[in-house]
Amino acid sequence: MAERHTNLIVASAPHVVSPANTASIMRDVLIALIPALAVSVYVFGIRALMLSVCCVVFCVFFEWLSRRIMKRSNTIGDLSAAVTGLILAFNLPVRLPFWMAAVGCLIAIVVVKQLFGGLGQNFANPAIVGRITLFIGFASPMANWTITSRMSQAILSAAEVDATTGATPLALSAAGLPVPTNMEMFLGLINGSMGEISAAALLLGGIYLIVRKVISPAIPVSFLATVAVLSLVFGLDPIFQLCAGGVMLGAIFMATDYVTSPITTTGRIIFGIGCGVFTMLIRVYASYPEGVSFAILLMNILTPHIDRLTRHKTFKPAEGGASK
Amino acid sequence: MKKTKLQILTNGIIRENPVLVLVLGTCPTLAISTQAINGLGMGVSVLVVLTCSNIMISALKRIIPDTVRIPCYIVVIASFVTMVQLALKAYLPSLDKALGVYIPLIVVNCIILGRAEAFASKNSVIDSMLDGIGMGIGYTLTATVMACIRELLGSGTIFGHTVTAGTITPFTIMVMAPGGFFVFGCLIALVNKLTKGKAREKQQNKCLGCPGAAFCSQKVEEGGAEE
Repeated sequence: MAERHTNLIVASAPHVVSPANTASIMRDVLIALIPALAVSVYVFGIRALMLSVCCVVFCVFFEWLSRRIMKRSNTIGDLSAAVTGLILAFNLPVRLPFWMAAVGCLIAIVVVKQLFGGLGQNFANPAIVGRITLFIGFASPMANWTITSRMSQAILSAAEVDATTGATPLALSAAGLPVPTNMEMFLGLINGSMGEISAAALLLGGIYLIVRKVISPAIPVSFLATVAVLSLVFGLDPIFQLCAGGVMLGAIFMATDYVTSPITTTGRIIFGIGCGVFTMLIRVYASYPEGVSFAILLMNILTPHIDRLTRHKTFKPAEGGASK
Repeated sequence: MKKTKLQILTNGIIRENPVLVLVLGTCPTLAISTQAINGLGMGVSVLVVLTCSNIMISALKRIIPDTVRIPCYIVVIASFVTMVQLALKAYLPSLDKALGVYIPLIVVNCIILGRAEAFASKNSVIDSMLDGIGMGIGYTLTATVMACIRELLGSGTIFGHTVTAGTITPFTIMVMAPGGFFVFGCLIALVNKLTKGKAREKQQNKCLGCPGAAFCSQKVEEGGAEE
């Protein structure tokens, strides 16, 4: 029978197969992070590279170690731990001691990811939780912003007044001091966490990911648009708010994590708007100058509920239907 | 299967540890275990109240009408808590200040109500006393160990004595709520490892030791070992 109808192939789903796999997607994310890393090394010097390598190595090591202790298959080859490490490094100030970065890697990989069952089972983005834990646990080293001569004049002159720690643009803005120009903000000639400073480099990476269809533009666009609109509502400069702090890094690389963001486009837009709203609420009303990571973590936790609300109708039970 | 006196005493320390295996009284444990001295103080307070209330409730078990037993237990427990609190105020005012509202809250502590309901109301006075002491020691050990870990990592001290403070930057999140949950989870995992999961398995299969067992409609079918 099969010989007579050779053009009729009977097979079970899935019928459409893509060559993309976890490792190839993660490799694309790593490539997309390179411009931001380059700017970071240009602005902060070689220690930015050293801290990034340190985070990647520790994340991969903890992934390998925890899988080994739990007697599970080795997953370091899918590069997800390397991506987590690099994104976590991008969230740290450049002078952070290496052992503190290692604690962040431990929290991210072991506590958030592997204890919940590994990639695909984590309830929140590992790098976000690693960053927040360090941010709350090591408050002063995590706010020890380095000033280098390549930065904006506004930051350098503010640092002369307060020589101990340089205030970030958002902190300058909150204190009512002169802030760097929008062009300096966009290019990243400012202080802050290693990878978040250059909006231009992050956007370049984001465009690469969208072109390669690794991420859908729904979350970044709705996130950034919400921040821009709310800036106008609060009477702030939208360009400054978009380029300052971790908005670009968060919107492009952290909020788009497959595991912890909604599946449907509607869900993703709700997710992005939620991230933007909480970011701006924290920036404007809370005691912390920056709220991107908290906003994304909160929306990560809401993701299952968003998914349930925005599920496609085909998966709904029939009207008056029987079971679940 | 009748337990020996020694088994009743040691039951609460690891095998049926009130916090880590029965998962009772989590709130006060997480809240006070920020400093070792608070953990120890709270533990001893609970030990005293639990032992006394177990003895009293066991002695009164034939007099207390079944329908109003919970209010009766509360009255008995509240009297002992008041005594402990007044004693603390008189002799250890600093500890009383540190523990704050958590001392009066022992009145509604699930461990004490749970043991009254699950053990003292069904067993002899001596057995109930031993159960109270064992459970109290289990609670004290847990609260103290948890507090030591959190104090060491979060402030770099143990019982107020400097250990690593000054040399290593303390990881302050450990003395906040997330650190409490983290240490709590690690200790539960450790106890599961030590008992090879037997303690929890037993809990899931039987309703013994569950304070809700008396009101639980799905006793045997579902195990009903929730808090």
